[in-house]
Amino acid sequence: MSDPSLFDALFGAGNHTVVIDGHFVAGPARLGDTPVAVIGSWDAAAVDGDLALAIAGEILRVVEADAGATPRPIVFVADTQGQALSRREELLGLNGAFAHVARCVDLARRSGHPTVALIHGEAVSGGFLAFGMLADRVVALPGAQVRVMDLRAMSRVTKIEFDRLQTLAQHSPVFAPGADNYWRMGAVHALWHDAGADWRAPLATALAEAVDAAGHDGRAALGAERGGRTLAAAVAREVANEVAGG
Amino acid sequence: MSAKRVSYFEASARARVAALVDPGSFTEFCPPAQRRTSPHLAQLDAPVAFDDGVVVGAATVDGKPVLIAAQEGQFNGGAVGEVHGAKIRGLLERAARERPAAVLLLVDSGGVRLHEANAGLIAISEIMRALMAAQAAGVPVFALVGGACGAFGGMGIVTRLCDEVIMSEEGRLGLSGPEVIETVKGVGEFDSRDRSLVWRVTGGKLRRALGEATRLVDDDASAFRAAAVAALTHHRNAPADLASLKAAQAALTERRATHPDTRDGLEVWRTLGLAQPEAVPMLASDEFNRQLDALATEV
Repeated sequence: MSDPSLFDALFGAGNHTVVIDGHFVAGPARLGDTPVAVIGSWDAAAVDGDLALAIAGEILRVVEADAGATPRPIVFVADTQGQALSRREELLGLNGAFAHVARCVDLARRSGHPTVALIHGEAVSGGFLAFGMLADRVVALPGAQVRVMDLRAMSRVTKIEFDRLQTLAQHSPVFAPGADNYWRMGAVHALWHDAGADWRAPLATALAEAVDAAGHDGRAALGAERGGRTLAAAVAREVANEVAGG
Repeated sequence: MSAKRVSYFEASARARVAALVDPGSFTEFCPPAQRRTSPHLAQLDAPVAFDDGVVVGAATVDGKPVLIAAQEGQFNGGAVGEVHGAKIRGLLERAARERPAAVLLLVDSGGVRLHEANAGLIAISEIMRALMAAQAAGVPVFALVGGACGAFGGMGIVTRLCDEVIMSEEGRLGLSGPEVIETVKGVGEFDSRDRSLVWRVTGGKLRRALGEATRLVDDDASAFRAAAVAALTHHRNAPADLASLKAAQAALTERRATHPDTRDGLEVWRTLGLAQPEAVPMLASDEFNRQLDALATEV
């Protein structure tokens, strides 16, 4: 369940006018002296085409408004149960709407907007891919759940016994739900603890780190360093650099 | 001269690569001899593949240098795991540096490999970023979709990031597969066993009519090659700057208004003004393209 007091914790009471409109959230805020744009999904949204376009449209508005000025940091708030499951959304090309959101995030990055994603509540599969996972810094708030699919459903689909999956999940971060698993694999940069705390300082740190990351995708290297994803960085490097014919 | 038609749908990933590139021009990176298998599948006693279900390398097409990746739909439904995804990501990073004429992604995938779901999901977001970085470096990326697994889940998103999408009618493109929607929402929402409905909602003719597939070809490997050759000469660019993304935003918003309650491709074809919408599934791709192009010039 999304909690509006989140924005008081992030920016301090009175320093934001974020508007919650159903499953869409957006608005200006201020972190110390720095103006910030907040954009995201709310209350375990099933992300459909309308919500994807609302998010994309807001990113484009922020990029356009800041053209020629200092690009504001964008704080993405992700609370999503995944993509909407519907025949109509499939027919209209929900995958294309998500690709469009991704392009808008990439435009913001290339235009110099530092980007941080905060996982608030749940971050599931396609709904998370569309914008949350594309930010230069990803933070999981206390109680955040990150997953592709829960273990029971995974057991049904893969035909591997639930008990076995549960046992393996205690040692391997690679398939089981959990923000800490995504931390070990390098896709979540930081886990914030202490519900109800004042997060102004850690948010400022995350924004500074986003500036340093400057569009460089260091997640696979981080996953290797943290021991949760040992092959991705090495294999990608091999393919990227192998001498042709060698 | 071999006049025998090779079905792209039925061909393996390696056979598709062989049919697309100039003879003898292909060099594979991370080839099967290197035994880059998935330790995560092995841990679950699931079968592994020496190439982890994707072939990546360099070649020429019509004499032009390309980088190419082909997913093997016969292995775990072409699903993306840690190694599989890293190979595609590495290829796109190589493209940003080497600047080939294009990257060809032969997509045949249901999306994330559940046995290593977290690694697969992260890998897809890394592919998305690497793909957009390659495009920003001036390298066009073309998706070819015509295999049994289609392009779904994260690979459906990746496909729509590409500059050109070459599809056959048999190829399918979407996000959630019909089986998943039926399981969660019921058979009334989407009957996954109604094959003609599935194709009318996800297939190449609908995607071409909506402008998502840029080229529709018959299920013939040489037709895919011809379309790739044509795209190498002249290709559409995916939107990347503010003006083109605002135009894309407007077009996507308008699409939802133009097709307000549509749940079947038949209604899209009817709304677009095709003379006999119910006959569309039977049309050869050439004839379908001709009718669509005629409508476009009428407007």
